[in-house]
Amino acid sequence: MAGHGESHVHPVSLYTRTLWWLMALLVATVVAGYIPNVPNWLGVVIALTIAVWKATIVIMNFMHVRYSGKLAWLFAGAGFFWLLIMLAFAFADYVSRPWEPFNGWPE
Amino acid sequence: MTTTTYTGTDKPNYLNWKTSVASWLLTYDHKRIAILYLVSISIFFLLGGLAAAMIRMELATPKGDLLTSDVYNKMFTTHGVIMIFLFLIPSIPAVFGNFLLPLMIGARDVAFPRLNLLSWYFFMAGAACVLIALFRGGIDTGWTFYTPYSSSFAKGEVSLAIVGVFLAGFASIFTGINFLVTIHKMRAPGMTWFRLPLFVWAMYATSLIQVLGTPVVAITLLLVAVERTFRIGIFDPNLGGDPILYQHLFWFYSHPAVYIMILPAMGVISEVISAFSKRRVFGYHFVAFSSLAIAIIGFLVWGHHMFSTGQSIYAGIVFSFLTWIVAIPSAIKTFNWMATIWKGRVHWDTPMLYALGFMGLFVIGGLTGLHLAAMATNVHLTDTYFIVAHFHYVMVGGAIMGYLAALHFWWPKMTGRMYPEGWGKLAALLVFVGFNLTFFPQFILGYMGMPRRYHSYPEEWATLNVLSTAGSSVLGLGYLLPVIYLTWSLKYGKVVTERNPWGARGLEWELVDTPPDPHNFERTPIVTRPAYDYNHPEEPTGFVPKPRPVVVGGKDG
Repeated sequence: MAGHGESHVHPVSLYTRTLWWLMALLVATVVAGYIPNVPNWLGVVIALTIAVWKATIVIMNFMHVRYSGKLAWLFAGAGFFWLLIMLAFAFADYVSRPWEPFNGWPE
Repeated sequence: MTTTTYTGTDKPNYLNWKTSVASWLLTYDHKRIAILYLVSISIFFLLGGLAAAMIRMELATPKGDLLTSDVYNKMFTTHGVIMIFLFLIPSIPAVFGNFLLPLMIGARDVAFPRLNLLSWYFFMAGAACVLIALFRGGIDTGWTFYTPYSSSFAKGEVSLAIVGVFLAGFASIFTGINFLVTIHKMRAPGMTWFRLPLFVWAMYATSLIQVLGTPVVAITLLLVAVERTFRIGIFDPNLGGDPILYQHLFWFYSHPAVYIMILPAMGVISEVISAFSKRRVFGYHFVAFSSLAIAIIGFLVWGHHMFSTGQSIYAGIVFSFLTWIVAIPSAIKTFNWMATIWKGRVHWDTPMLYALGFMGLFVIGGLTGLHLAAMATNVHLTDTYFIVAHFHYVMVGGAIMGYLAALHFWWPKMTGRMYPEGWGKLAALLVFVGFNLTFFPQFILGYMGMPRRYHSYPEEWATLNVLSTAGSSVLGLGYLLPVIYLTWSLKYGKVVTERNPWGARGLEWELVDTPPDPHNFERTPIVTRPAYDYNHPEEPTGFVPKPRPVVVGGKDG
C-alpha cells in the first residue's frame, strides 16, 4: 500500500478489466435468477455472493482502497461494520417475532 | 485577551475581494460556501415556518375550519420535510462547520473545496425537487414517507420529493466526507486531537453519522420510488414486501439524524459557554468522547420508534435498554457545561442567553425521551402530541437554540458588523418564552391522548391548543426579529475591526482577521496551547510564523 500523500499511477487496463468483471458478474446475476429448481435460500446465497464480489472490486479498484493508507481501510471497514449492525439488529427483530404467542400472552 | 489587532475596514477580506455573482456561485472558498448555505437555509426556514404557522392557526379552534384535512396533511408534511431535510440537517454543519472548521484547526480551506461547492449544488437541486413537488399539489405522507401509503396509495409528486431528499442526502454525505478528511489531514502543526475545540469534535462525530447513515436512507427512499413507479414489491405487503422493513431502514438513519442536528449544536454550546464564562470547558476529554459515544450509540436505538408498529417485543426490550444508555453521554455534557459556568465570570450576552436556553430546553427534551424509551409509557404516548412536544424540545429547543447561539456568536467574525445587543437579548427571551408556551402544553395534550396529525379535536382540548397557538405567535416574532436586525446590521451595524470582540480563545478569534482574509491565515499557524486556556490570558493559543528573510547577495549570489 502506498503511504499517505503518495499517488499511485493506475493503468487504464485496470479500469477496463474491472468494468468487464462487473459486466460479467451482472450477467451471472441475471442467469442465476433464471436457473430452474434452485431453492430460495440457495438463490439468495448466490445473489449475495455475486453482489459482495462486485462491491469488493469496486471498492478496491474504482475507489482505490487497495492503494490507500490504513486510515482509508479503517473507514471502509467501518462502513461494513455499520452494515453489520443494521442487519444484525433488524434480523434480530424478524427472528424473535415467532417467539411471541399468536393469540396473546397466557393469563 | 491576548491579541487585538485592528485590520481596517478597507483591507481585502473574503466578502469584498471579489464581488461578482459568478465569484459567489463558483467559489471554492469554504467561508463563501457557508454563506451560500446560510442564505439558502434561511429561506427554507421561513417557508417551513410558514407551514407551521398554518398548522397552529388551524389548531386554534377545535373544528377543522381553516384547512381541509387533505390540505392539513400536506401542510404538516411540508413543514416536516422542509425543516428536517432542508434546514435542520444542513444548518450548523453546512453553515458553521464550513465557515469555522478550517479556521479552528489552522487550515486554509477544507480538504476538497470543489466537492464542497458540489455539495451546495446538490443541496439546491434537491431543494428544488422538493419545492416543485410541494408546489405541484404537495404531498401528504408525513416527513417519514411511511410505506405502503407512500409507495402505493399517496397521490402527488412523492417520487420527486424523494429524489429531492436523495440529492440533499448526498450533499450531506459530501460535507461529512470533507470534514472527516479535513480534521484528519489538515490540522495545523501543534493542533493535536486534544487541543481541538470541542466544536470540531462535535463536527467529527456528526460527520461520522452523515457518512455512515445517510446512504442507507437515500437508498431506502429510492426503493420507495422504485416500488411506486415500477410496482416492484419491496415494502408493500400486497406486492410481497414488508412495511416494517422500511421502518427499520428509515429509522436506522433517521434516529441518528437527530444527532446530526443536535451534536453540532452541542459543539456550539461548548464554545459559547466557555467564551462567556471565561473558563476552560470542565471535563474537556469527557465532553469530547461523549460526542463520539452519542454518534456510535445513536446508531443502536432506532427500534424505539417501532415499539407499537409490529416489531418483536424482544427486539423492543433491547432497543429500550440501549435508548436509556444514550442518555448518559448527553448528561455528561450537560453536567460539564454546568460545572464550566460554576464559578465562572459569566457574561450575559445574547449568545450566552441562547446557550442557557439550549441547556434548559434540551434537558426537558432529553428527559421526556426517557419516558418514550420505556415501552409501557411509549405505547400510551406514541403518535400523540407528547411525541411532537418531545422532538420539538430536542430539535427546536436544542438544535435551533444552538444555531441561533452560533449565529450571534460568530456573526461579527462572519460579517464584520455587530448586531444591536438589546434587540438580540429581547429576541432570545421571546424565543425561550414563546417556545415553552407553544410546546409545553403539547406534553399535557399528548398525555391526555390528543393524537398528532389531525386537524380537528374535541372541545376539552381547546384551552391548551389556544395557549400553544398563542405561544407560537410569540415564538414566530422571536424568530422574525433576528432576521430583521441581523439583516439591518449588515448595513447599519457597528463595524467590528478587532479580531476578538468577545475576548474568546481559539485560532478563529486570535489569529484570523475580521472578516477573515480570503486565505484565512497569512501562513500556516503553529498551535502552542490547549483550547480554552483562559487561565493564561497572556499566552496566545498559537502564532503565525513570520516569513523567512530573503537573503540577497552573499556567497551564493
